[in-house]
Amino acid sequence: MGQPLVSLKNVNKHFGALHVLQDINLEVTKGEVVVVIGPSGSGKSTLCRAINRLETIDDGEILIDGNKLPAEGKALAKLRADVGMVFQSFNLFAHKSILENVTLGPIKVKGMKQSEAKELAMSLLERVGVANQSQKLPAQLSGGQQQRVAIARALAMKPKVMLFDEPTSALDPEMINEVLDTMVQLAKEGMTMIVVTHEMGFARKAADRVIFMADGKIVEQATPEEFFTNPQSDRAKDFLGKILEH
Amino acid sequence: MDSLSEYFQSYLTALESYDVVGAFWVNIQLAFWAALGSAVLGTVLALMRISPVPSFRWAGASYVNIFRNTPLTIIMTFCILVLVFQLQLNLSSDFDFNFFLWAVVGLTVYHAAFVCEAIRSGVNTVPLGQAEAARAIGLSFLPAARMIILPQAFRGAIAPLGNTLIALTKNTTVAAAASVPEAAGLMKTMIEFRPDVILAIFATFAAGFVLIVIPIGLLTTWLSTKLAVTR
Repeated sequence: MGQPLVSLKNVNKHFGALHVLQDINLEVTKGEVVVVIGPSGSGKSTLCRAINRLETIDDGEILIDGNKLPAEGKALAKLRADVGMVFQSFNLFAHKSILENVTLGPIKVKGMKQSEAKELAMSLLERVGVANQSQKLPAQLSGGQQQRVAIARALAMKPKVMLFDEPTSALDPEMINEVLDTMVQLAKEGMTMIVVTHEMGFARKAADRVIFMADGKIVEQATPEEFFTNPQSDRAKDFLGKILEH
Repeated sequence: MDSLSEYFQSYLTALESYDVVGAFWVNIQLAFWAALGSAVLGTVLALMRISPVPSFRWAGASYVNIFRNTPLTIIMTFCILVLVFQLQLNLSSDFDFNFFLWAVVGLTVYHAAFVCEAIRSGVNTVPLGQAEAARAIGLSFLPAARMIILPQAFRGAIAPLGNTLIALTKNTTVAAAASVPEAAGLMKTMIEFRPDVILAIFATFAAGFVLIVIPIGLLTTWLSTKLAVTR
């Protein structure tokens, strides 16, 4: 196995007095699907956002494909283009059509030709099942459709790794599966993924490794099978007991 | 009845001997060019105020605080008395046109501060997630601002921008202080020479501005509903 695609070394972050990330060490290899779970406030979203520097870190280092995450400017923008991000609240560009949402990055960041970008976007929208909505505005789509467009928008940049920050938490229950199916598909195709989620079903089905975070620390990591059937720490046992009992 | 028609006759002769429409046309031209200028300058200032570079933010904030809090009359007389008469900074060799241009400059630097703040209030209507998504696909600050943030911010700022435009239109009367022959200056002259119809003269100029400004208000209200970003 070569060098890890994403690597965090002794990462620390504070929000005021709150130590949200405490000495985080994590390596994700190419093609691996890592699911991060844990109670709210455990730092899992912050961890996910720190990987493409939407959150700055106080010390430690983050490497993407061997390159240290730059502080600001063009180099950072370039690196972010290699890291796809899917947000809890979709964040589709509200004044642009579905098609424009997907083509904007390839055209403006990668300098792709308009016709080529459109072709790419349509094939991605086809893949996530919303090609017939391409001329609409985001607000005209359901939450599940919007989130699938957001996945297509991230994929259009041909990222090396995809980050998902609670992608189904803002969705109506009946729309969760359509998004999870898209993500499972993506995982099967070999995409490297870091997924912050409360969907234990997804973790069982698609994850190579489950990371359990609590109070800013990685408490436990294991294969999903191991983690769900035989958690080691009391904190994880307590957490699983609360969510799996009913 | 007789005295009423007499009054009306005197009013008509007063109107005929002065170019009221021409004077209002000057105000409209001042408003147009100053609106254009302050829209450009105000957008640049707003970009500075939301930029990630602290010194730009500081410079933008300083500009706004200085020019928003200085009376327009002072800015206008400064342009004419200091920049033109004292320092001989002429924008045109034509005497009258030079004053007109300086009046546009004075109106622009003053109202740009208000345009900047209106746009900034528009930026606050754009959810933070829009900027994060733009950054996440690899756009740096300026492209993200130009393609994602500002287009939505402008739509959210139409009402306050409209208010600024209305204020600007009426503030063109301060150009009288820069010796530009516009409506307020003409009104003063007419009152001086035709005090017999002073009431009608006041009413005429007030009505003139109301007529110019009402469409601006209607247009901005219509635009702000039509262009609203649905989320």
